[in-house]
Amino acid sequence: MNKKLRILIAKPGLDGHDRGAKYVARALKDAGYEVIYTGIRQSPEAIAQTAIQEDVDFVGLSLLSGAHNELFPRVVQLLREKQASDIIVFGGGVIPESDMPFLKEQGIAAIFTPGTSIAAIIEFIEANRPRVSH
Amino acid sequence: MKDLTQQILNGDIRSIARAISIVENNAPLKEPLLDELYPFCGKAMIWGITGAPGAGKSTLLDRIIAAEREQQRRVAVIAVDPTSPFTGGAILGDRLRMQRHALDSGVFIRSMASRGYLGGIAGATRDVIKVFDAAGYDLIIIETIGVGQSEVEVVSLADMILLVLVPGLGDEIQALKAGIMEIGDIFIINKKDREGAVKLKTEVEYVLRFKNESSAPPNPVIMTAATLNEGIAEVIAAAEQYFQYLTDSGQLEQRRRQRLRQEFYDIVLTKIQQVVENHYNLTQKVERLVELVVEHHEKPYALIEKHLNSILKEIEQR
Repeated sequence: MNKKLRILIAKPGLDGHDRGAKYVARALKDAGYEVIYTGIRQSPEAIAQTAIQEDVDFVGLSLLSGAHNELFPRVVQLLREKQASDIIVFGGGVIPESDMPFLKEQGIAAIFTPGTSIAAIIEFIEANRPRVSH
Repeated sequence: MKDLTQQILNGDIRSIARAISIVENNAPLKEPLLDELYPFCGKAMIWGITGAPGAGKSTLLDRIIAAEREQQRRVAVIAVDPTSPFTGGAILGDRLRMQRHALDSGVFIRSMASRGYLGGIAGATRDVIKVFDAAGYDLIIIETIGVGQSEVEVVSLADMILLVLVPGLGDEIQALKAGIMEIGDIFIINKKDREGAVKLKTEVEYVLRFKNESSAPPNPVIMTAATLNEGIAEVIAAAEQYFQYLTDSGQLEQRRRQRLRQEFYDIVLTKIQQVVENHYNLTQKVERLVELVVEHHEKPYALIEKHLNSILKEIEQR
């Protein structure tokens, strides 16, 4: 039997637009994953600590305020500091194409922008399953 | 594994989190790990908090954590939410209401999906408690999934139960019924700012008077408004006093022993079931029995009795 994958969906930063995050959380639940949802306005520190306590395999960050270049890499960095770099971080929201190379370089494994199908996110998760099935 | 045990005893967050996953996934390491941790268990106070969906369990818990932290108690929370019976997935959203404690190193919150287990908790909850206990948390609180009338299994895991009720869900006949109303030690009437709260309190107290033996102190019934942070100090005071009573009267010891007894039963039965499933091709045999009943009109009980005997003989010959 496959290990049950656990995914934290979190919204760093100050925008309150959580429809996307909720939609993704719900869809991932329907795909059979255990989704921990922490709501809006989470600090990168709280997100990293939550990811570790919940022993998740993935962290999905949603952000629409434009602060992604600051906050996404910060989460990755904090996880590294806590010896938890095995947790895979991906992101979503309104993120310009031009920022993507920088975010990838900073350790964000994938970026999903508006219009992405849920199938694409699930495909990404399943492709990474071997990496997290320790 | 010795390393992992040591790290847990040291209170290392990542190790505790990992150990919980090992327990939850029933990984091969689970049994030896729990045995190693067992000598360090038994110090924590274990509360269960239960009630209907939306009664305010998580919000109350958020307030209770804050109050307990003021007294320097280290608190661990196991928050259970249901797994979808259709997809196997789950949304674990209880911790959303407690997220302000995320950065407090004296608080560890872990969400658990029920993974098909009925009774309001997850099958592995019992063992997760042990990990937290060994890690040195003073107070471990289990938040059940939103329950109905009969999901009372948390009572077999906790030292004391906080039952959260809200006005508007029925009359005192509901409070008289068997099930959930029978497991409460502390009764919390939440959303006391809503219509019907005082009436509910009166009804609950009325019903509880039937239950209480004369020697025991009455079960506290406390009114709260968790979102307004009202009544929390009263809950804490009542809970501490009642816990003291449970301790002094020997009931705590009794409950813990009963818990261990139940646990041993469950483990032994599970093991026997595993042996039968692994070594006697139970699935295949049942398939044959079904065929005999359907195709050849054999009598089910007589048939099962016969086969049971042959299984037992087979075991004896090993």
